Amino acid sequence: MLKLLAENIAIDRGGRRVFSGLSFDLDAGHALIVTGQNGIGKSSLLRTLAGLVPPTEGTLRLQGGETERSPAEHAHYFGHQSAVKPALTALENLEFWRDFLQPARPQAFSGFPVATDAALEMLGIGHTARLPAAYLSAGQTRRLALARLFVCPRPIWLMDEPTSALDTASEALLLTLMQDHLTHGGMILTATHTPLALRPSRTLHLEAADPADMPSADGEPDSLEEIYG
Amino acid sequence: MSERPLPWAMTLLRRELRLSMRVGGGAQVGVLFFLAVVTVIPFGLGPDMNLLARIGPAILWIGALLATLLGLDRLFQADRDDGTLDLMLMAGRPLELVVLTKCLAHWLATGLPLVVAAPVLGIFLNLQPLAMGAVTLTLLVGTPALTLIGAIGAALTVSLRRGGLLLAVLVVPLAIPVLIFGVSAANAALVVGTPFRAPFAILCALSLLAAVIGPVASAMALRFSSD
Repeated sequence: MLKLLAENIAIDRGGRRVFSGLSFDLDAGHALIVTGQNGIGKSSLLRTLAGLVPPTEGTLRLQGGETERSPAEHAHYFGHQSAVKPALTALENLEFWRDFLQPARPQAFSGFPVATDAALEMLGIGHTARLPAAYLSAGQTRRLALARLFVCPRPIWLMDEPTSALDTASEALLLTLMQDHLTHGGMILTATHTPLALRPSRTLHLEAADPADMPSADGEPDSLEEIYG
Repeated sequence: MSERPLPWAMTLLRRELRLSMRVGGGAQVGVLFFLAVVTVIPFGLGPDMNLLARIGPAILWIGALLATLLGLDRLFQADRDDGTLDLMLMAGRPLELVVLTKCLAHWLATGLPLVVAAPVLGIFLNLQPLAMGAVTLTLLVGTPALTLIGAIGAALTVSLRRGGLLLAVLVVPLAIPVLIFGVSAANAALVVGTPFRAPFAILCALSLLAAVIGPVASAMALRFSSD
């Protein structure tokens, strides 16, 4: 059984304690929706899970995963940046990630790789396959980035504001696809401000432990950190 | 595992080469800069053909060093800016080999054209065929060292806006041994009685050493940069 365990995680960013003593566990087939105001550390938490920011304290483990591979190597990170090269066509971008990323298919996870053409078609950008990605709109670029999650199966999806730049129809499509991923035994951790109707899911609401550390109400310094952090 | 050895490295190499050849890739900038540096020097020095021939190999080497530095700041920064670097860090591939592959692609796209252009530019500097051959050969084995050493600087300055100048300051001192042995090996073709094999062997050794230290140090720097 696949299970993600976080124990007593503390993260420092730029010399400031973002949060500490955070523990949670997540079973396969479940979603964890991380909420909280700007600057509270949602993105930092996802980046820590992705192995990009080392936790100052605490441990992160994946039970039932492939041995000798870190939890981050079982995960897809779908963040604010699309990792799409404008000079390459949509298909070339996607084919690179399919061949470069190492898929992770532990036993409990029944996700399967989708062909690149099919993945683009599924996300409604099949007609742009031969176009340089520079000509794609923001929403199309976002969908191209999303296609990466399907061509290389990995059980954990770390999604930071997954619905940003997507129209209502794509949002509904994304939700269906995320629900499918859960059905296949995957897990999703997402930071979001829009409510996502994923089942089964739990909500992790991040709050500042010390009121003095509360991000200021106007949100200026903290929203900057959201963007650049 | 039934997969062929390192197919992902070939994929990465192909993509990096494609990116550098397409619009905005900047593969041609280095060789154009090399051309500019080398062509203006005879105008500055005046029509002393013997002087030109004597300092020709040094000019070509300095030009190649500067041209290599020019494109290096984008080696990892372009990938960091669009989030590609984050995904490469969690791709499950050894980062050292990823860096080595990127350096190889970068050298093929920017270093190799310098080597190819060197004999042509040698004509501008009144180099004899033997000296031309010696410079080209030393550049062929020496420029990979410049790229690989430069990768360390590129990795250290990846999170800095306008890190190019800092990169040059960091990399030039480390590149000086390569320059010294490259030029002294090339000079063997000009001055009778100077050894070729000893400095050439050291130059080869420097490239091999850089192929080990460069990727390891760059990978270490990149892991810290993702914070």
